[in-house]
Amino acid sequence: MPRPAILAGNENRPVTDVNPKSADNHSRGLVFERPLLEMEEKIEELKRLARTTHLDLNGEIVALQERLKRQTADVYQNLSAWEEVSVARHADRPLTSDYIQMMLDDFTELHGDRLYKDDRAMVTGLASMRGMRFMLIGHRKGKTVKDRLACNFGCAHPEGYRKALAKMRLAEKMKLPIVTFINTPGAYPGIGAEERGQAGAIARNILEMFAIRVPIIVFVIGEGGSGGALGIGVGDRVGILEHSYYSVISPEGCAAILWKSGEKAPEAAEALNLTSAQLLKHGLVDHVIPEPLGGAHRDPQATVEAVAEQIVLWLQELKSMPVETLLAQRHEKFRRMGKPLGKK
Amino acid sequence: MAWTRFGKKKDMPGGLWIKCENCGAMLFRKEFEARHRVCGACSYHFTLPGRERVALTADKGSFKELYTSLRAEDRLGFIDRIPYKDKLKASQSKTGEKDAMIVGTCTIESKPVVLAVMNFAFMGGSMGVVVGEKVTLAIEKALELSLPVVIFCCSGGARMHEGAISLMQMAKTCGALCKLEEAGGFSISVMTHPTTGGVTASFASACDVLLAEPHSLIGFAGPRVIATTIKKELPKGFQRAEFLLEKGQVDRIVPRENMRRELAKLIAYSQDEEVMIADAKESAADSKAKPEKPAAQAAEKKDKSKGKKKHRKDSAAKSSKKGG
Repeated sequence: MPRPAILAGNENRPVTDVNPKSADNHSRGLVFERPLLEMEEKIEELKRLARTTHLDLNGEIVALQERLKRQTADVYQNLSAWEEVSVARHADRPLTSDYIQMMLDDFTELHGDRLYKDDRAMVTGLASMRGMRFMLIGHRKGKTVKDRLACNFGCAHPEGYRKALAKMRLAEKMKLPIVTFINTPGAYPGIGAEERGQAGAIARNILEMFAIRVPIIVFVIGEGGSGGALGIGVGDRVGILEHSYYSVISPEGCAAILWKSGEKAPEAAEALNLTSAQLLKHGLVDHVIPEPLGGAHRDPQATVEAVAEQIVLWLQELKSMPVETLLAQRHEKFRRMGKPLGKK
Repeated sequence: MAWTRFGKKKDMPGGLWIKCENCGAMLFRKEFEARHRVCGACSYHFTLPGRERVALTADKGSFKELYTSLRAEDRLGFIDRIPYKDKLKASQSKTGEKDAMIVGTCTIESKPVVLAVMNFAFMGGSMGVVVGEKVTLAIEKALELSLPVVIFCCSGGARMHEGAISLMQMAKTCGALCKLEEAGGFSISVMTHPTTGGVTASFASACDVLLAEPHSLIGFAGPRVIATTIKKELPKGFQRAEFLLEKGQVDRIVPRENMRRELAKLIAYSQDEEVMIADAKESAADSKAKPEKPAAQAAEKKDKSKGKKKHRKDSAAKSSKKGG
């Protein structure tokens, strides 16, 4: 299936086709990471040299490693919005499947929406972790080329959203809390998707999630693409990984419409206020989970661990809350978002 | 999400004559406006300005507007080619409205309701915090007064200039509808040309009964986005009201001239009141033998009667291909 141009980017599509200046053709690397990668190579070279020549290069290596750390911190503290987007789409960034593999003790996948088909772009199932059990629901992008095609690059169809809702209802019945992982460029814009009511499926999910009588915890782990993200995004706690984004429209789509040019995506990314820090500032997320130095892709294990800890913390916090309070607070949280000027 | 796609063509010039977008007929402006912007030749329903919609829907003199002072601010400092601040000001002076949503209480054929009407002329009816808040307030008012709420939708989607704050208006409005649903309230959404993006994917599709005006473009993604994504031509009539009805996505298609009567009837049913039978019969007769069908609709019908089987096969083949 062809990759939606408007949803652009993500792992298998170098960001270069949008803006040649902001990224390069380096198979994995991003342009702002180039000095870091060079330094990493240099360190490796010194280590090799030390091994082969038996020279004591320890001092140099340690110094260089220190410098690398400083520079990585420096680069990652000053990412532009567009660079944040490219980190969120990085090929090595942990995906929902990585979290399932690395953090869960058991995952029993449950398939299908009982109406049309099993959407591979959405994964749902029963999960156990550190003595806690919950329903896990997440966008699935896929690791290999074949996988990505099967998962439609993380762009779900209506059946994906209906499957998510069916499993949320099941969780409610089983009295299990729900954890969702958002990582999608957007809901799929196609003929079949429209025929089967993409808009209605998302709307229904958003509405029903307000009424689900078990705790819901939401994490944006990469791309938070518009309505397709919000379709599994209503919860009691919403966390976002530091270098993820959450936006009303993809920067490319916004640039094409408002700037009349997809090349203006970096400007659009800046204008859209889509970074984790900006979302926190506007009160649209509850918590930003810091990523390891240099982004989640540099240390997936540590990233997954940080998210797992947050899940435990929030689940414990919400477990004891009376369900009426839980629902009232869920309503209130979204009710507060975006107050206009002027009196009612 | 792209309200600008539809924005330009709809600003009608002040001339005496108007050309129909659908059939090309030249329409005398005064007559056209008296017909509430429905083409006299092909019944094509043009986008109706918000105030005209209120006047057409509410009983004369019954509309009491609410929340009139709410207005947007440029919270993000959004600048594309023009600063959002300036765009807001320009739209405000062009339309005389503060934003793209009009809310109030009124009666429709003597039945009290809360009425919410989107105004496409204001930045393509895009949903920012003002639209989101006013829809939410309208639903809350309906809940408070135990009245049905009727929402006329007309929007290109969420307003990009307010970033993710406008995205969250989808959640806010659906949250209110959830409360209304739980309290046993009644909501009707009327989708008019065009209704797309974040509006379709939230309150417009989440009401109890979904109506659509004939031939309206209704969808999640805009047709152009879909065409570029799948790199194929879109089928005829795709994302039009008639298409949605066929696919089971809306309850009824209601021509503009029958809208008041239909709304009143639905409200009567929701309150278990007697439904005016004479009217019901009349409207049934109406939809059977309507002298003026929109051209596209009529053409489609002909197509179907000619090759019903073939048509079905085609669409089945297509949908199975797109499925993955």
